[in-house]
Amino acid sequence: MSILVDRNTRVLTQGLGKAGTFHATQCRAYGTQMVGGVTPGKGGQVKEGFPLFNSCAEAVAATGANATMVFVPPPAAGAAIIEAADAGIQLIVAITEGIPVLDMVRVKNYLAKKPQTRLVGPNCPGVITPGQCKIGIMPGHIHKPGRIGVISRSGTLTYEAAWQLTCLGLGQSTCVGLGGDPINGTSFIDALALMQADPETDGMILIGEIGGNQEELAAAYIKENVTKPVTAFIAGRTAPPGKRMGHAGAIISGGQGGAEDKIKALRAAGIEVADSPATLGETMAAALKKRG
Amino acid sequence: MKIHEYQAKELLAAAGASVPRGLVARSVDEAVKAFDTLGGGLAVLKAQVHAGGRGKGRFKGSNKDYGGVKLVKSREEVADVAATMFKYPLVTKQTGEEGQPVSRVLVQEAADIAREIYVGLVIDRGMGGPVLMACAEGGVEIEEVAARNPDAILKVLVDPDRGLDPAQAAKLAASLGFKGNQAAQAEAIMTALTRVFLDKDGSLAEINPLIVTQSGAVQVLDAKMSFDDNALFRHPEIEALRDLTEENPMELRAGQAGLSFVKMNGNIGCLVNGAGLAMSTMDIIKLHGGEPANFLDVGGGANKDQVTEAFRIILADPNVKAVLVNIFGGIMKCDTIAAAIIAAYDEVGFHVPLVVRLEGTNVELGQQMLAESGKRIIPADGLTDAAQKVVASAKV
Repeated sequence: MSILVDRNTRVLTQGLGKAGTFHATQCRAYGTQMVGGVTPGKGGQVKEGFPLFNSCAEAVAATGANATMVFVPPPAAGAAIIEAADAGIQLIVAITEGIPVLDMVRVKNYLAKKPQTRLVGPNCPGVITPGQCKIGIMPGHIHKPGRIGVISRSGTLTYEAAWQLTCLGLGQSTCVGLGGDPINGTSFIDALALMQADPETDGMILIGEIGGNQEELAAAYIKENVTKPVTAFIAGRTAPPGKRMGHAGAIISGGQGGAEDKIKALRAAGIEVADSPATLGETMAAALKKRG
Repeated sequence: MKIHEYQAKELLAAAGASVPRGLVARSVDEAVKAFDTLGGGLAVLKAQVHAGGRGKGRFKGSNKDYGGVKLVKSREEVADVAATMFKYPLVTKQTGEEGQPVSRVLVQEAADIAREIYVGLVIDRGMGGPVLMACAEGGVEIEEVAARNPDAILKVLVDPDRGLDPAQAAKLAASLGFKGNQAAQAEAIMTALTRVFLDKDGSLAEINPLIVTQSGAVQVLDAKMSFDDNALFRHPEIEALRDLTEENPMELRAGQAGLSFVKMNGNIGCLVNGAGLAMSTMDIIKLHGGEPANFLDVGGGANKDQVTEAFRIILADPNVKAVLVNIFGGIMKCDTIAAAIIAAYDEVGFHVPLVVRLEGTNVELGQQMLAESGKRIIPADGLTDAAQKVVASAKV
């Protein structure tokens, strides 16, 4: 059943502004059960076919939603995530880019008391189980049902990986965008654990980038706990230190978070690391072949 | 967003930290006046630039043997040193060869230092929140200590809502060897630092060094702060401290157009959608023997105006010998981006080879539009082909 989302997932949208409405419509067209939106003060109205509710709690009671896609603008996004968690929603996918880091620290502290809730993102493309459920801004048609999981801190690199897997005929079980922020919900390790346990995933592509040490931690975790083939790519080998490269979390600071350290750690754990973003799919295909 | 040392000290002083007396000067006259106001005793002139390594820097083009921090004894000396600081750019290991012009100089009472300590706050990703770091070894770079003797750095996770717990502060002060009244002074400074960081959404706040003077006072001798760009919307008072002369003009211009741009030293310009893909585009250029001239992420919904501005920014760099456009069209369709490229091509008057790699939604239509445009656009089939073609073009 792949991970996190499938055809039974019932999804709310928080933040039905221009972008939120556009993407909610796209998700629905992909076949996702988009069951409604949360817009305080507009409960009872309908927007683009989405029934609106004043709060997450009302929406959950009325629709049985178990997931939400958050497009709420940065100043209120943290509160929106907390509201969704309070309403008992199990999967919160936060697309919003630009949430203050300290707000995310507060959100993470709060979610630590809500073990039934999982946050993916923020500042991420979302989660897709091809052919079943798409929650996020990724283009649906580049995906194809398959047995390889993709876990990534970058949006367009996830698309590259998915497209290469599709072209090779491998397809994807689930693609999870972890997001480009320094403090986020689901980590590489969380997603790896889910995919290791998933009978419909045969291998995982891990796409990291400069900043932090999530990739190093993932390498150690894989060595001890993952038996399926994992291949990787790290973006930012040419990135200069001290400069934020587009993502809030993509920065080499204080001599830490450089690409070479991450590649070294992954390789030391026996993980094949692609040198080029053009060979994400091939590297996985070769790893699968090697395992027979 | 970074601020100057004197601004950081003002924020710390307002939060209850003890800071040496000082005044900021924007001219030689103001510097001399400030020296007089401070009483005409021993003082330090500190060039205010955002780059680190000021003390070991040099004023490019001057024949002086001092850097951005200079002890001064007399009005004449103040005038002479300040004139140098305002006239020549300061080169440090963080500024690049061209150096950074100085428009403000902090005139501060000289301190008789008995002891130096490091105190800093960062968002620690692993620990999941703001972490106060302290080290009995101050005045040196903390990265260096971290590499040499990581156990020497004390770390405390701070709750963003409660701030620094008095018990945490007391424990830290004791671990740093403070006793009695000095411990209370150190605790007040650490509490002030944490208060500013949390109240103003800091991303880094350092006091290095925190000093104990010969007379036993605990003071902030040097301070450095930067703030979370994503939180500036709720801190107009911090935004007001921004010094635009410290920022790269091209990066500023890109920011105004909604583009994320970082200048590099190579000769291949890049225009890419998505931060991860933009970084890996630089990487693949390097992998195939080229050098990227920049990082540029146009974001998810680039339009003609943004692409035009992006091309202008890339081509303003005289080193650029070829340009690579690498787009994975998802929600942004390839035909839309092709139309933007074609329109922008004429508007900016392209004078170097342009290699375009398109993939994703409506890719055939986009490629056809480029081919039929009559422009000198080199189509690429895949990432590797794109990198090889642009590297070859830049070498011609």
